[in-house]
Amino acid sequence: MTLDTAPPPTRTTAVAPVRSRPRRGPGRFGVHAFLMAVSLAFLAPLILAVYASLRPYEETSEHGYFSWPDNLSLDYYQQAFTDSGMTKYFVNTLIIAVPGVLLALFFASFVAFAVARLRLRGSIVLLMLFTAGNLLPQQVIVTPLYVLFNRIPLPYWMSDSMTMFDSYWAVVLVQTGFQIGFCVFVLANFMRTLPQEILEAAIVDGAGVWTQYWRVTLPLCRPALAALGTLQFTWMYNDFLWALVFISDGDKLPITSALNNLRGQFFTDYNLLAAGSVIVALPTLVVFLLLQRHFIAGLTLGSTKG
Amino acid sequence: MREREAPPVPTRTVGRRRRFTRRDAGVIGVLLGIPVLLDVFVVWGPTLASVVLSFTSWDGIGDISWVGTDNYENLFTNYPAFWPAVRHNVLWLAFLGLVSTPFGLLLAVLVDRGVRFSRFYQSALYMPVVLSLAVVGFIAQLVFSRDQGALNAVLGGGTNPTDWLGDPDLNIWMILLAAAWRHTGYVMILYLAGLKAVDPALKEAAAIDGASERQTFFRVVLPTLRPVNIIVGVITVIEALRAFDIVYAVNKGRNGLELLSVLVTDNIIGEASRIGFGSAIAVVLLLVSMGFVVTFLVQEMRGEKNR
Repeated sequence: MTLDTAPPPTRTTAVAPVRSRPRRGPGRFGVHAFLMAVSLAFLAPLILAVYASLRPYEETSEHGYFSWPDNLSLDYYQQAFTDSGMTKYFVNTLIIAVPGVLLALFFASFVAFAVARLRLRGSIVLLMLFTAGNLLPQQVIVTPLYVLFNRIPLPYWMSDSMTMFDSYWAVVLVQTGFQIGFCVFVLANFMRTLPQEILEAAIVDGAGVWTQYWRVTLPLCRPALAALGTLQFTWMYNDFLWALVFISDGDKLPITSALNNLRGQFFTDYNLLAAGSVIVALPTLVVFLLLQRHFIAGLTLGSTKG
Repeated sequence: MREREAPPVPTRTVGRRRRFTRRDAGVIGVLLGIPVLLDVFVVWGPTLASVVLSFTSWDGIGDISWVGTDNYENLFTNYPAFWPAVRHNVLWLAFLGLVSTPFGLLLAVLVDRGVRFSRFYQSALYMPVVLSLAVVGFIAQLVFSRDQGALNAVLGGGTNPTDWLGDPDLNIWMILLAAAWRHTGYVMILYLAGLKAVDPALKEAAAIDGASERQTFFRVVLPTLRPVNIIVGVITVIEALRAFDIVYAVNKGRNGLELLSVLVTDNIIGEASRIGFGSAIAVVLLLVSMGFVVTFLVQEMRGEKNR
């Protein structure tokens, strides 16, 4: 490539806009070599996992994962879906993550609205309560919740274990409650950047709190909500601990925690595990590649203001 | 609080005059009440309960009896897994903070210089972040496993290959590499966003004053990244304290991979069910993290007032 032809800034991403100012010098090549090497090193483990999942165990146990293939097949994927019932675990994940994301966004957006727009007394305390709550290590709250959920009875139609423990309700509740904190923090920051005049105009027109929130503020927050939704779905999908602790019935585990089921007690077929890992990773990778802009926006909304 | 001190601004009175009909109060009560209750029920209540339970010898079933600070004394003096776990958590923090985070900043600066293919670099470096740490743990096994792992194949291990994940002196470093794989991309994306927000006029002014690129970065750009630095710092600390999934996926956090979070989990879902003792470990985690969280919040709220 020639150094002088700086690429025209056609596809500016949300994060790294292509600078039009051309740079020259020997450093340029070094930067490329370095970034390319690091990028490949970062991608290598993923590629290795995909590669391992396509090869039979006998072959890799003889020649190692780092060898030329004799035969490649999708057998392990088929096995993961048929014998190990990955579909079921996917459904479990959706049962937990979809309500989790929606509830967290709904409640957090109202709290953020109240904190950022209503100028209630004690707003800052409220904001701190939620923000700090999300930053606590999960293990601090796991023990009492475990005990508590074991003692909260639920009717049979809600939970076949008859308690909150070992039910989807427990995991949805904890996911929602825990993640509201992050969403409040991000949305409150976002809502502060909205012009106050719009809200004032609505108030003059006689809009109540609900209208100010639902009809005036929320539509303006659509980009932030999309970004947060993407991010939250990935996080809830990736969660490992909550389901591990609050669900004891293996059939109810979400997909990330169920990955352990592919591990045998005495013999572990790592190629099957690799296939399982790829299956688990695929949805988040697809979400990331399709919604990269939203995804990154969600992470950075909370960190850089304005 | 600051409400009362502030002089009534004209715009404020619009809100004040028709402040909150009964319907409004109802909406606020319900929609603010539910999340607050949920937060108290799921987060703050249990946190408080952990502190209280840490002074008991409860096993989760029988009566709760107070044992004062016995759990803590046992923890510090005769629980063999405790100090290794503390060391590992500190190591985790140091590695992410001193290696992974600066590396992420370096990558962000390089990508931000507007090189070609920056979109590709950015995606490649960021990709591990969307993976579950459990998946990262499994992938680590493919790379580091003794007999068939890719690393030993590259190094040509010979007849006596290194057991990267089985050797208790070695495995924590390999796991740290795997954790850093994810953390670096996360940090990079936060800094990229921060760098984008830096006013180019600042850099130009520095260049006109004859500052070198290095001087410009350290004296001009880095100080303006302060809010990002704080966020990155908090994330690094929290990640280091929360670390759990990855070691649990590899070997359930045993044999050289002990972490405080693993000890808590072991004490409640194991056969032992030592709720009181597990809570004491959790409280240690809580105290350490609260130190950082409070610092962060004070910064945040100070910014809030200047807004």
